[in-house]
Amino acid sequence: MAKQIPIVDYLVLDDGAPHLCAWESVDSGALYFDRRNGDAKSGGTEFRRRKLQTTGTVRSFTIVHRAVPGVPVPYVSAVVDLDGGGIVKGNLVNVEPVPEAVKPSMPVKLTTFVAGTDDEGTEAVAFGFEPR
Amino acid sequence: MGDAVWVLGAYMTKFGRYPEKDSMDLAAEAALGALRDGGVTIQDIGVLGAGTLQEVATGPGQRLLKQVGQTGIPVYNVANACATGATALRTVYLTIKAGEADMGMAVGWEQMGKMGLLGAGGKGDRDRKVYEPSGRYGSVMQVEGILGTGLMPGVFAQAGMEYARENDGVGFEQFAKVAVKNHEHSTLNPLAQYRKAFTLDQVMGAEMMAYPNTVLMCCPTGDGAAAAVLVSEEKLKTLSDEQRRRAVKISASVLTSDPWSEGDLVQPDVNTLTREAADKAYELSGVDPQDLDLVELHDCFATAELVHYDNLRLCAPGEAGKFIDERGPWRDGKVAVNASGGLISKGHPLGATGVANVFEVTTHLRGEAGDRQIPGAKVGLTHVIGLGSACGIHILEKATI
Repeated sequence: MAKQIPIVDYLVLDDGAPHLCAWESVDSGALYFDRRNGDAKSGGTEFRRRKLQTTGTVRSFTIVHRAVPGVPVPYVSAVVDLDGGGIVKGNLVNVEPVPEAVKPSMPVKLTTFVAGTDDEGTEAVAFGFEPR
Repeated sequence: MGDAVWVLGAYMTKFGRYPEKDSMDLAAEAALGALRDGGVTIQDIGVLGAGTLQEVATGPGQRLLKQVGQTGIPVYNVANACATGATALRTVYLTIKAGEADMGMAVGWEQMGKMGLLGAGGKGDRDRKVYEPSGRYGSVMQVEGILGTGLMPGVFAQAGMEYARENDGVGFEQFAKVAVKNHEHSTLNPLAQYRKAFTLDQVMGAEMMAYPNTVLMCCPTGDGAAAAVLVSEEKLKTLSDEQRRRAVKISASVLTSDPWSEGDLVQPDVNTLTREAADKAYELSGVDPQDLDLVELHDCFATAELVHYDNLRLCAPGEAGKFIDERGPWRDGKVAVNASGGLISKGHPLGATGVANVFEVTTHLRGEAGDRQIPGAKVGLTHVIGLGSACGIHILEKATI
């Protein structure tokens, strides 16, 4: 099996089933995916890692028909409310990219796919969401 | 807070594409036009607010003064995404309020040409040889299109679709009706970049950019400039009858940034900061949303305009779909929204927009808007949103002094 690396560091591949991990503010409980200097909600500076659930519902979506070069279109971009907390953006996969196929509040689950391979054969693994 | 600040002069270039001109040509045309309109000269101006997004690091306001008059006044070069022009205006407003000048000028401009999609996130790096995590998200490659979209048509489509999920009676057709209205309105505006009406079928059947936004529901890139001369009430009292008659009162000037809300860092929340700015503007001015005769709001995409009906309290909560279905925001409806044609058809040269919508409302309140005049207009509101985010709102009133 080829060596794999997550496309972003908040996708965890080496601790059980693939899942997302957020920085949680100790003060406010606000969740973030990026490296933090402080909490935008409270101003606090203490954080802990929090494993997020892999299921959720579609909060919003769009079907992109014109994209940057190299990105196949059409594809579905979605904002997902994760069960138990956390809002994340990703592509909806394994769904036809037509409005009729994407329902408001549609239940989805996290899935992964290979987004590219570098010159050393390392695969970049991305995440998306699919209907459940 | 002292006396009111008034708009004394206003001007905008026709928006469009001017490959034969440079940005100084556009900015100088607007500046000189606003000075002429206000019956004053650059010698009367005590402060300049210069708003241009792409040129902000190049001393744009000083370069402008080298074309229209180097008088040694303070220059504030500002950038605040699509709220840049409104921020320049507010900078001048605050300077006058603070008593540091009795007259000032805000100029906003942008020369974009045909830039294509904004927000593409820089050059792609899918050719990187060896993956190494970098940046705040530890990404190993460009993620646009892989982890959703951050391009403007998609971001604002998602904002609209979130509203559609939360409220009944909102869908593709309601969003498209916004564009039908704005294209129709622009046919009356000689300063609009485009002046062509489209049917609902044409709007919905146009090339899809990011569902539900078709190309006719997206603002174009373009070139243009706008300027406004502001004056203190005390100074205005010393000016001519004609200047006082045409002056328009700024009853509220508000700028907000996006407060924390869950998900704002994933999908920009364009609602909360607009609601907070609107509520503060209504409170400061004593104007009720029902009092408004016209509104120039930030319709960078049709989906954005629809959610702002609700954010600006132009309709009952959750009823933006019904509002457009019943033609509430048409020029002959409850309140004329984007009588200019809006960003969708009038155009959106980034730095110019926030000043241009002040020009538009001022022109209506003066009764000088020609074919597009909203009859009897006495109160108007301007609104811009810059992603990142910034929201600028100004309430203008026809008043006597």
